[in-house]
Amino acid sequence: MSERILTARMEAHPGDSHTLSRYLATGGYASLRRALSEMTPEQVTAEVKAANLRGRGGAGFPCGVKWGFLAPATPRYLVVNGDESEPGTCKDRQLLERDPHQVVEGATIAAYALGVHEAFIYVRGEYARPARRVQRAVEEAYAAGLLGRGIAGSDFDLEITVHLGAGAYICGEETALLNSLEGRRGEPRIRPPFPAVEGLYGKPTIVNNVETLSNLPWIIAHGGAAYDALGPPGSRGTRLFSVSGHVARPGNYEVEMGLSWRELIYREDLAGGIRDGRALKAWIPGGASAPWLVPEHLDEPVTIDDAARLGTMLGSGAVVVMDETTDVAAAALSLVRFFAHESCGQCTPCREGATWLQRILERIVRGSGRPADLDLLLDVSDNISPGLGWPPAMTTICPLGPSATAPVVSLLRYFRPEVEARLRPGGKADG
Amino acid sequence: MSSWTPELEEKARALVGRYPEPRSALGPLLYLAMRRDGYVSEEGMRRVAELTGMTPAQVLGVASFYTMYKLAPPGRYLVSVCTSISCHLLRGEEVLAAVEEETGVTDGHTGVDGLFSVEHVECVGACAGAPALQVNYELVEGVTPESARALCRWLRTERPALVRSDEMQARFGGQRSFDWASPDPAGAVGPVPAFEPYGTAGEGS
Repeated sequence: MSERILTARMEAHPGDSHTLSRYLATGGYASLRRALSEMTPEQVTAEVKAANLRGRGGAGFPCGVKWGFLAPATPRYLVVNGDESEPGTCKDRQLLERDPHQVVEGATIAAYALGVHEAFIYVRGEYARPARRVQRAVEEAYAAGLLGRGIAGSDFDLEITVHLGAGAYICGEETALLNSLEGRRGEPRIRPPFPAVEGLYGKPTIVNNVETLSNLPWIIAHGGAAYDALGPPGSRGTRLFSVSGHVARPGNYEVEMGLSWRELIYREDLAGGIRDGRALKAWIPGGASAPWLVPEHLDEPVTIDDAARLGTMLGSGAVVVMDETTDVAAAALSLVRFFAHESCGQCTPCREGATWLQRILERIVRGSGRPADLDLLLDVSDNISPGLGWPPAMTTICPLGPSATAPVVSLLRYFRPEVEARLRPGGKADG
Repeated sequence: MSSWTPELEEKARALVGRYPEPRSALGPLLYLAMRRDGYVSEEGMRRVAELTGMTPAQVLGVASFYTMYKLAPPGRYLVSVCTSISCHLLRGEEVLAAVEEETGVTDGHTGVDGLFSVEHVECVGACAGAPALQVNYELVEGVTPESARALCRWLRTERPALVRSDEMQARFGGQRSFDWASPDPAGAVGPVPAFEPYGTAGEGS
């Protein structure tokens, strides 16, 4: 059994892990008190850098390095990204719902390190239940003097507001999230400037994912070096993987990175193998945006860098497993339709391209695809993301458009004969 | 000009006061307006515009970007069926078809009696509990076409004033993404996410 950082409390105390009393009784807020009374903000940042904690929202950017970019101007803001919407991902929901004080304490430690006095927890609108839990945690923390003015007897002040989104995947992208939080359409901004320089209301802003911040109480309690000792280089610490699809035991599993895909998918104490003893066909290793992997990759290590070497990513930690019965063209269509629906519409290659990909895949799945459609799919994809490599080249402001090409390229890389077999031999399309 | 009650006005001003700039309260205020009128009405948009220092057209421009601000009155029960990849792989589309048939309302529409709206939605973050649906943004995981039908019949017969995840999950749900562990007494009083600071939540037992 590997180390549990994020889920230890909720495993041990399922009935009340979300309450302040249980949180305090299990060492909660001790890290915050320690940071405030014994450490300078620079020392807190140094521990996070030493931990080599990489962001858990999708991009995997080193958290301490991101903090280092924060411009000196004030006011400055911290935004907790709880807009978890990447298909396949349901781990932040568990952290928000089952251990919300861990999120609040992590955010408060981060705010202290960053010299921030106002923070927002942006939770997607569909997460009403988790949002209520976090709201109650925030209220409990205020009542206990752990938020507000003079936190825990120190001279550090922090206000936290829980903010509900309204149904737009794109708001998980940090600049779109900031626009949304400013009461605007959730359209990504051109970067640079990055949020650390010009973020919320044009002020320096750090946006960190829920899971990323949930690691901070442990890192301050045990030291950055202890965190850096978990998992292989470049993928330190544990991750909460959401494993879904055709597995025997779908669920969120916290494991140290560095195990193999075979272990994650097949181990009895993890996803438990493919349902009904069937064979594995393919899996998505890091959410809908990630190119697929196939059984020949089962013994590859689950790390951020190994995923990159294979031309894909761990992304948000969402593993979607497809067994031998899967209609992979229909699966690709589901994924592409998602991106077409969620495109914000700013950039033509994404707005038009994703829609084209959807329409072509629809007619293939319907049985009226024409032979030229497969190359057309690749041609449209290439117009969205030239070269079709990974990480993707961009013709767009944000990675949503290129993400729509991942399922298409994966489908044709691994399953082209299967797709060809269902094309209409006559070559004439009906629409 | 506005006919919002003093109580609602006070809540609205408190929300505006939570943010460094009034405009940030636009989203929360739209939920507040939806709770009052059942949808984002023209009057609601005008009042939100006044409170945030925007024009009504700007408010509409923002509201129309997001799927959860409903610009036409939805039914009393908004049934949102997830058909994104994890749910797709486990018969999410069949759940949607069952809901459409049971309610007599097709995807994207509201029934003439105003009881149900049905929509397919993209990923609701219930992937390890797929397939899933939400009623007024209260989640039910591990449903089947059959249990989704039973859920719709129950809504039609019982007409619950408060829609709660825990109750629906216990009656009609199955596989969950994770152990929900302890119940949440709050629930939705309409097709708006139930969140206390926005005045959109109700409390049951």
